[in-house]
Amino acid sequence: MNLTLHVWRQPDAGTPGRLERYEARDISPDMSFLEMLDVVNEELIGKGQSPIAFDHDCREGICGSCGVMINGVAHGPMAGTATCQLHMRSFRDGDDVVVEPWRARAFPVLKDLVVDRSAFDRIMQAGGYISIATGNAPDAHAILVPKQDSDRAMDAAQCIGCGACVAACPNASAMLFTAAKVAHLGLLPQGQPERDRRALGMVTQMDLEGFGGCTNYGECTEACPKGISLETIARMNRDFRVAALRERGESAAAGAP
Amino acid sequence: MNDPAGFARSTIGRKVIMAATGILLVGFLVGHVAGNLLVFAGPGPLNAWSAFLKSSMLVLWAVRIGLLAAAGLHVWAALSLTRLNNASRPVAYARREPQAATLASRLMRWGGFLLLAFIVFHLLHLTTGSITPGFVLSHTDVYGNVTSAFQVPWVALFYIVAMLALLAHLTHGIWSFFQTMGWNHPRFDRARRVVATVVALIVSLGFIAIPAAILGGMLR
Amino acid sequence: MSIELKSNVPAGPLADKWERHKFELKLVNPANKRKHTVLIVGSGLAGGSAAATLGELGYNVHCFCFQDTPRRAHSIAAQGGINAAKNYPNDGDSVWRLFYDTVKGGDFRAREANVYRLAQVSVNIIDQCVAQGVPFAREYGGLLANRSFGGAQVSRTFYARGQTGQQLLLGAYSALERQVAAGTVTMHSRTEMLDLIVIDGQARGIVTRDLVSGKVETWFGDAVVLGTGGYGNVFYLSTNAKGCNVSATYRAYKRGAAFANPCFTQIHPTCIPVAGEHQSKLTLMSESLRNDGRVWVPKKKGDTRAPGDIPEAERDYYLERKYPSFGNLSPRDIASRAAKEACDDGRGVGPGGRGVYLDFADAIARLGEDTIRERYGNLFEMYQRITDEDPYHVPMRIYPAVHYTMGGLWVDYNLMGTIPGLFVIGEANFSDHGANRLGASALMQGLADGYFVLPYTIGNYLATHKFPAVDASHAEARAVVTQVNDRVSRLLAVQGTRTVDSFHRELGKLLWEHCGMARNAEGLRTALARIPELRAEFWRDVKVLGTGDELNQSLEKAGRVADFMEFAELMCRDALEREESCGGHFRTEYQVDGEAKRDDARFAYVAAWEYAGDGKPPVLHKEPLEYENVQLATRSYK
Ligand SMILES: Cc1cc2nc3c(=O)[nH]c(=O)nc-3n(C[C@H](O)[C@H](O)[C@H](O)COP(=O)(O)OP(=O)(O)OC[C@H]3O[C@@H](n4cnc5c(N)ncnc54)[C@H](O)[C@@H]3O)c2cc1C
Ligand code: HEM
Ligand code: HEM
Ligand code: SF4
Ligand code: F3S
Ligand code: FES
Repeated sequence: MNLTLHVWRQPDAGTPGRLERYEARDISPDMSFLEMLDVVNEELIGKGQSPIAFDHDCREGICGSCGVMINGVAHGPMAGTATCQLHMRSFRDGDDVVVEPWRARAFPVLKDLVVDRSAFDRIMQAGGYISIATGNAPDAHAILVPKQDSDRAMDAAQCIGCGACVAACPNASAMLFTAAKVAHLGLLPQGQPERDRRALGMVTQMDLEGFGGCTNYGECTEACPKGISLETIARMNRDFRVAALRERGESAAAGAP
Repeated sequence: MNDPAGFARSTIGRKVIMAATGILLVGFLVGHVAGNLLVFAGPGPLNAWSAFLKSSMLVLWAVRIGLLAAAGLHVWAALSLTRLNNASRPVAYARREPQAATLASRLMRWGGFLLLAFIVFHLLHLTTGSITPGFVLSHTDVYGNVTSAFQVPWVALFYIVAMLALLAHLTHGIWSFFQTMGWNHPRFDRARRVVATVVALIVSLGFIAIPAAILGGMLR
Repeated sequence: MSIELKSNVPAGPLADKWERHKFELKLVNPANKRKHTVLIVGSGLAGGSAAATLGELGYNVHCFCFQDTPRRAHSIAAQGGINAAKNYPNDGDSVWRLFYDTVKGGDFRAREANVYRLAQVSVNIIDQCVAQGVPFAREYGGLLANRSFGGAQVSRTFYARGQTGQQLLLGAYSALERQVAAGTVTMHSRTEMLDLIVIDGQARGIVTRDLVSGKVETWFGDAVVLGTGGYGNVFYLSTNAKGCNVSATYRAYKRGAAFANPCFTQIHPTCIPVAGEHQSKLTLMSESLRNDGRVWVPKKKGDTRAPGDIPEAERDYYLERKYPSFGNLSPRDIASRAAKEACDDGRGVGPGGRGVYLDFADAIARLGEDTIRERYGNLFEMYQRITDEDPYHVPMRIYPAVHYTMGGLWVDYNLMGTIPGLFVIGEANFSDHGANRLGASALMQGLADGYFVLPYTIGNYLATHKFPAVDASHAEARAVVTQVNDRVSRLLAVQGTRTVDSFHRELGKLLWEHCGMARNAEGLRTALARIPELRAEFWRDVKVLGTGDELNQSLEKAGRVADFMEFAELMCRDALEREESCGGHFRTEYQVDGEAKRDDARFAYVAAWEYAGDGKPPVLHKEPLEYENVQLATRSYK
């Protein structure tokens, strides 16, 4: 099949970009969306034009590298699917496809479809861990975790850090990403001692990064390839409020660098 | 709390303030709509209810100040978050297809401003009597005020439109309140939507009934 | 030449070696730790866990990865699980059994003492990960769940749904980010190591390229640790992530580190077959599918009927036929080869005839669709998403694909390579899996190296050596930087006609053909003749647009492919040299009744290759493998 692409091209962070039109010819429905871009790139290189830059690595929906807005939908039309797992059979011959990078103040575009998501790392640094140095651990069976809790923690822990939640949120809010980690660790007994600190630190850092606030639109969970639920956001709201109210002499930025 | 300013600066803190004040306003509205519906029982009951409300100036002013503060905080939080949210995506998408956001959730800001405008008008209209198209405000005959005020079609229509905005605002707002406060549990997640919609419907339809009945000539 | 392979395995009984060794290792004075800078390349399970642990200990750590964040290292993709000799299910597991299974599974080509230590520390890994909040699967009583994996007779595999690697890596990543916040680790993402700096015989620094700005920089320290993963992508198509490469280890090899057993690669039998030329990578389908699926091909060659139209009598359930006792659960290498034989015989199915059926019809008839859905629902969904076929009604098509590389830089018992101060951990080293890796053992090894082995052994090195101050002005450093810059400029200057990918694809096909699942002297010689030609073509005709001072993904790829082009030759040479069949290395000349024929008398050694200079054949060094504790036996799965 043949498609007309409108792809965001931007040489670097400092130069303004714009949508460019490309024809994608002889695309097989069995190709993944990224393989379709590969084909377009091979052709561009052949013509001496610079290929479209996009992030990708595992190409099986787990590393979280990939991710673009496809016709205004983060990761494209198929629910619960990262861009690399989207196949061209989701499109029809002759379709126009607009491809844009994640857009958020906190995710500056580095080139074309590549954005800087290091804000997520800094949010993690502000408390997304359990402080346990190597070798300090008790036997794994010393801590019993009800299966139900463990399963719910796993539901939240599946976040791949792709940033689609931010991209899809009308406020460019990072609530779902942050909440997924707060919920994952907060649901486990191991995570309790630092629960307050974690919520305060991570939310404070999230705000500092310049993400928007949450107005409960629910776009994020819809875009999330791992189906992280809105319930995690409610949990984080509660954890943060409770922690702020019973803070014991720690500043709200506790844990933040 | 050690650091109220820090809490109020955080996005979640401001949301909590908005939710808490919002729910106070909802509480007021529930009482307000219940009282107003006495209009269908005739001038006696409504006027008596109004007189009762005004029987203690102290309580009246305490409530008024409380409401004013709540509304002020609510609007402040709403405005400051809206500003932040608008700034958080400096370059807009060329194409954007919302997948999940309900109409109600997308109308929060515009609906909120419409409500603000409505409240200002409403106070000048039925409380202070500064704007009284087609009637003269009486401080004792609330029944008379209401029934004559809504004889004017555009006033009645404006009220009805504002109440539709209220319907939308509360449908999302009350659900959102639970979410913001983190009061959720898989077992009553569905119930949150239902409660929000039912309360929003009762309140707004209760209000709408009044101008609609008067305009339709069922009350005079 | 100069290299001497000293394994430095401590004396004493196998079970006491590590304890004793730990005691004998010199310690670094706590006050001095901060003064030692350690450069860690890689943030996967191995690099990430090492960086976090060394940071906790107080060293000044710099960690590098080419992805935009350490959490995306390829370890994230591991599905099945991680082994540990916890014996929680009380089914007869022990450190010794895990050790024995690993040595045997590796077809007796791994170093005993290393493997034993791996089995010993495996139990600590699970404790550590649970404490970090890794949500392993649990039973209703709240205890950890275990499953058996890859044909093991005991249940020793811990797992987190089908995302074990992800959860373990996120655990290591969180520990790493905690150290970044604490200021002990400085993370350098989107930064690729392009070369190693060796000064006065010690590994003292690396040269990197900032993948966003293109800036070439030097970093110095007292030790360099490579945790850069495997080189399966030399085949172009593999289950590895697109960025996986050999560059870091190959560059170290060219600076004097011996490369061990490069020909030992693992082919996984259950992957989704190639659909077309455009294919960019292969997707693994969990091995567990073979518990209920039956593998077959039509008996008739070139049979193009739909699978449902082929009557039972005209199907060949070849695994059940050839290996009656293990049947569909035969080990990876054997199942892979059998599939290739069937396809070579013209009986393969699907586009291009490179596929075999994995049929669930019987299992569905026996257990019901719901049970199958419960067991494999997510895998079936993934299969359907990729192929658009419904495996509940049409048999799956599978084919083997390159999955893991057992070979890697040679290391001693302390995980140090032949260049003093160069440590190699995780898939990047050769150490623990011999000629074939067992399922769920790579995650174990990566974390063992990073959390529990390297932090001890590197201390000893730092405590016992002197580190004169060096910086970018050092002649050696300047020379390396010049070479790196030259290479970048050369790649950009070619301005030929073919894309990097087209070369990579061609190289991959060549290797898959001649150095893949089955090899023979003739094919390897063909490849050895063709690779240098292809390499010359590459340098004559590759087309890399743009400049070196920007985010330039073609340039990144070109550098990696250029290294693969050289490395491929080393691989084939090693494969040619090893005139026996063992584990993943199957030489068609060396078989009995279609089964691998190992030659312990001649080849019970580690082949460690030393770079001898451009255009010169590399020098082979042999580390003999002595088995004091296990009996060498023939693997049999009949
Ligand atoms: C699909 C799949 C499933 C698997 N399932 C299992 C399983 O169930 N159980 C199991 O035990 N094993 C499994 N494995 C194997 C296992 O995942 C890997 O062997 C292991 O994770 C490797 O870890 P590592 O830390 O050594 O390397 P990696 O995780 O590959 O990390 C390499 C790191 O090095 C960095 N790097 C590489 N080159 C450079 C460079 N030049 N400059 C800078 N940085 C560089 C990368 O950025 C990355 O951070 C699986 C493998 C695959 C492909
Ligand atoms: C009758 C008066 C009002 C009532 C009863 C009310 C009620 C509420 C409630 C319950 C919420 C949900 C808070 C939460 O998210 O948890 C809310 C949110 C909001 N309100 Fe109001 N509100 C009123 C007036 C206004 C006004 C006058 C404005 C604007 C100027 C406004 C703007 C908003 C905005 C922007 C939100 C945020 C939506 C969101 O976060 O989901 N509201 N309101
Ligand atoms: C059809 C709808 C409504 C009618 C008929 C109505 C009627 C009235 C009347 C008659 C009064 C004066 C009461 C008195 O003087 O005793 C009043 C006061 C007031 N109304 Fe309404 N109202 C309506 C909707 C609303 C809504 C939607 C809001 C809020 C968003 C609101 C907020 C108020 C407030 C704040 C006062 C002032 C109370 C005080 O005296 O302190 N009203 N309303
Ligand atoms: S919450 Fe979902 S959408 Fe957001 S980063 Fe995680 S996986 Fe991606
Ligand atoms: S879409 Fe945005 S507004 Fe909140 S619920 Fe999701 S973060
Ligand atoms: S490339 Fe890894 S998730 Fe898409």
